[in-house]
Amino acid sequence: MFNYGYFSFESKAELLAKSIEYWNPGKTKFWQDAGIDMVIDRREGYYLYDMSGRRLIDLHLNGGTYNFGHRNAELVATLKSALDYFDMGNHWFPSVARAAFSEKLVKTAAHMQYAIFGAGGAEAVEIALKTARYTTKRRKIVSIIKGYHGHSGLSVATGDDRFSKIFLADKPEEFIQVPFNDIDALDRALRGRDVACFIIETIPATYGFPLPDDGYLQACQDLCRRYGTLYIADEVQTGLMRCGTMWGWQSYGLEPDMFVTGKGLGGGIYPISACVVTEKCGGWLHEDGAAHISTSGGSELGCIVGHQVIDILQRPEVIANVHSVADFFRRALTQMMAAHSDIFVGIRQRGVILGLEYDHPEGAVAVSRALYEHGVWAIFSSLDKRVLQFKPGVLLDVATCQEIIDRMEAAMPRARALLRDMRRAA
Amino acid sequence: MPMQLHQDAPRLQVPDRAEETAKMKIDRATWAGQAFARYDRAAVMRIARAVAEAGHAAATQFAEAAVAETGMGVVADKVLKNQLSAHPLVDFYENLDLVSPKVDAERRMIELPRPAGVVLALTPATNPVSTLYYKTILAILSRNAILFSPHPMARRCCNAAAARLAAAAEAAGAPSGLIQCIEEPSVPLVQALMGSAKVQVILATGGGPMVRAAYSSGNPAIGVGPGNAPVYVDPGTDQTVAARRIIDSKAFDNSVLCTNESVLISQERDRSRLERALRAGGAHICSEADVAKLRDWLFPGGHLNTAAVGKSAVWIAGQAGLRVVGTTRVLVAPVALVGIDEPLTREKLCPVLGWALVSSAAHAASMAQMILRMTGAGHSAAIHTDDPQLALDFASALSVYRVVVNAPCSQGAAGFATHLAPSFMIGTGYFGRSSVGENIGPQHLVHWTRLAWNSDPSVRPGDLDGLRAPFAGPEAAPAVPLPFSAPASRPVGEGGVDRDLLRELILQELRDLTRGKS
Repeated sequence: MFNYGYFSFESKAELLAKSIEYWNPGKTKFWQDAGIDMVIDRREGYYLYDMSGRRLIDLHLNGGTYNFGHRNAELVATLKSALDYFDMGNHWFPSVARAAFSEKLVKTAAHMQYAIFGAGGAEAVEIALKTARYTTKRRKIVSIIKGYHGHSGLSVATGDDRFSKIFLADKPEEFIQVPFNDIDALDRALRGRDVACFIIETIPATYGFPLPDDGYLQACQDLCRRYGTLYIADEVQTGLMRCGTMWGWQSYGLEPDMFVTGKGLGGGIYPISACVVTEKCGGWLHEDGAAHISTSGGSELGCIVGHQVIDILQRPEVIANVHSVADFFRRALTQMMAAHSDIFVGIRQRGVILGLEYDHPEGAVAVSRALYEHGVWAIFSSLDKRVLQFKPGVLLDVATCQEIIDRMEAAMPRARALLRDMRRAA
Repeated sequence: MPMQLHQDAPRLQVPDRAEETAKMKIDRATWAGQAFARYDRAAVMRIARAVAEAGHAAATQFAEAAVAETGMGVVADKVLKNQLSAHPLVDFYENLDLVSPKVDAERRMIELPRPAGVVLALTPATNPVSTLYYKTILAILSRNAILFSPHPMARRCCNAAAARLAAAAEAAGAPSGLIQCIEEPSVPLVQALMGSAKVQVILATGGGPMVRAAYSSGNPAIGVGPGNAPVYVDPGTDQTVAARRIIDSKAFDNSVLCTNESVLISQERDRSRLERALRAGGAHICSEADVAKLRDWLFPGGHLNTAAVGKSAVWIAGQAGLRVVGTTRVLVAPVALVGIDEPLTREKLCPVLGWALVSSAAHAASMAQMILRMTGAGHSAAIHTDDPQLALDFASALSVYRVVVNAPCSQGAAGFATHLAPSFMIGTGYFGRSSVGENIGPQHLVHWTRLAWNSDPSVRPGDLDGLRAPFAGPEAAPAVPLPFSAPASRPVGEGGVDRDLLRELILQELRDLTRGKS
């Protein structure tokens, strides 16, 4: 009996059946078929607990949503304190929480001026794309192939066909895609001087974190400047210290016209996202500040949590911890790769963003499963299933990091066996 | 809705930032300790020397800062204490290797030193910077990370000193975060930290309640009890020399060292001889009326007036209403009783010395025990005598773990005028409700993993010499913010012709590299 007070389930099987019946049959079955029968129940710090009681170390973090771990005590206390005084608030009016948080956020980037809030990453991307069109009076939007910016009307059109065509939301005439790390292709796309913006994740997450070539992002930004196109950095997964700096673009010496943040900004406990823009891009906020409206965007509860999220990330202790975690995994994974070079063939890393490459087109699916069986939850990259997304949190401690490596090591024979089966089946 | 206390009170209950940050410091220390445990002896000694040099160079600056902040002690003496806690401390442990594995082929054993990890260290208001220097060097010599929780009265000088030593350590190659200090210490915060499962050992120096709290925390702790050293002057010894030593000891840093003499015991027949000698050394011998005034001011309601701690004799005389000459260094208060009936025989931490008379050496020992029974057990005592047998008999009658002979007790028991280990933590052992009975040193922050082979001669252990020490050394270049990718890092579908070959070559190289390193 799983009694949650408000509702109860006899068993995990009953929950799964209801999930198929009422919620999402496709998603529910997908994981069953993949051998990952997880239903996350209790959660704490970097641990998840399945309904069976089994513990998993979370390296998925939902793209950094759980950057601080699950139910981080300080953030929970922050939200509780906010609930004693505020609610979501009224988006029509200026508010103390929004003013304080926008100032805090804008001041993390010297050249920025305004923070425009949404409730999720896609909304913040939507705001950025609309802002680019307003500012440039151009319609076209360029993104990279296998880029990922969300699932709303404009944002989904920038991404992979898989998510747009099914809903007839692809708009090839306005949304152009160029290969990642191909600067000439971008040049050709922008040359007509009719592109409003180029949007790119600083490191494309859903693509498996392929690292930008030396100078690539800078060259992209230079091209944008040359052709009057705005450069938008999607920092939903790369921001919030995950690259070792507050925003990933800062570590590449860039100055985007806008950047977008979400996921971890709400600390995993209250959704909030933001599009941060320069004065130049803030024109519509003067002409018609209510041109974009969002009832739950920039809710005051989210603003208070987000304010504390930024505050925590600015502490020297946290910055030092990010560096320690990054150094630890670089060393440990390099050693592991040397010992398992038959299947483990590459490491992509910037800060605590890592992509681990396996020598099979769906290699990371097998490794993800093997790790799951060994108590570690890390997800493969949807758009490049060779690559395991390996996303340690910024507050991970030594003991947990060591345990992750020990468990990974233990999972390698199982991963090897699964890969062998996959090759045979192919 | 939360109550609004006044117009400017926060309307929301903000989580305690000091506590949250302190917990993060512990994690940071854990990382540093883990990295430091890979350093070899040469690297450790290089860092210890660099820290000692930084401490030595800033000894005066931090002595002044400590006196200015706490109002306790004497700058010149604090300079000396800071200096003694720098290079001489490293010198003392120069030949104590707590880093390299020890191979004992004969006993078929290898002993592998294992640092504690994270040391939580409290520093008192009385000796803030010297204690911080001392504990830092102990931590380095034993390859531990250390986090200080200074006494709130001394938090500024401790933070400045910790930052200075940390910078020197890092410049000498130590991992970042090895030496840290709590910026806003408080009693609830230190209690929370002491209970943290991520702290491996607590080095508690401070008042009795704090030391007890350390032992009650559930974590391993080394805490030391209060001092209250009795000193006996034997008739057979040179009274002038003995008196001078005692006065020098009492005046040293205004008696803030817990090793300072608390009660002088001498024989009745020597009274006038010793009194002259004490006067010559700079003591004011209190009249009966003086003693009453002093007692009232120093122990209002029977408890020590903490305003007196570390203050000069002249200042205290002024406060208590005594008339003394301006050159007075110590106030000597003759007392008729000792122990619980006379507060002036308790620990005073200021240049006030009780003086009791006895009729024999045996009586002196039993009187000393009466004093120690009240407070100061396990700590220190002193004797001035030319007769080693007398010293031995005196020591064996007392519940203390160090008896300083013919030397100032302040410095002597702390290892600065004797061959005892130089220390700002005087282990009070089982007499004094402590886990260690000797002066605390770096060896107390290390435990050993012992590999023990079969003792049966027919079972051969193999060659135990020439084994590789498990030191990987410091980290290579940091992974942040530089990007790191090895060796394949392009998205699918972009493989060139020679990519597989190249990958194989790089992997091979990598394997060789890691094999050589590990």
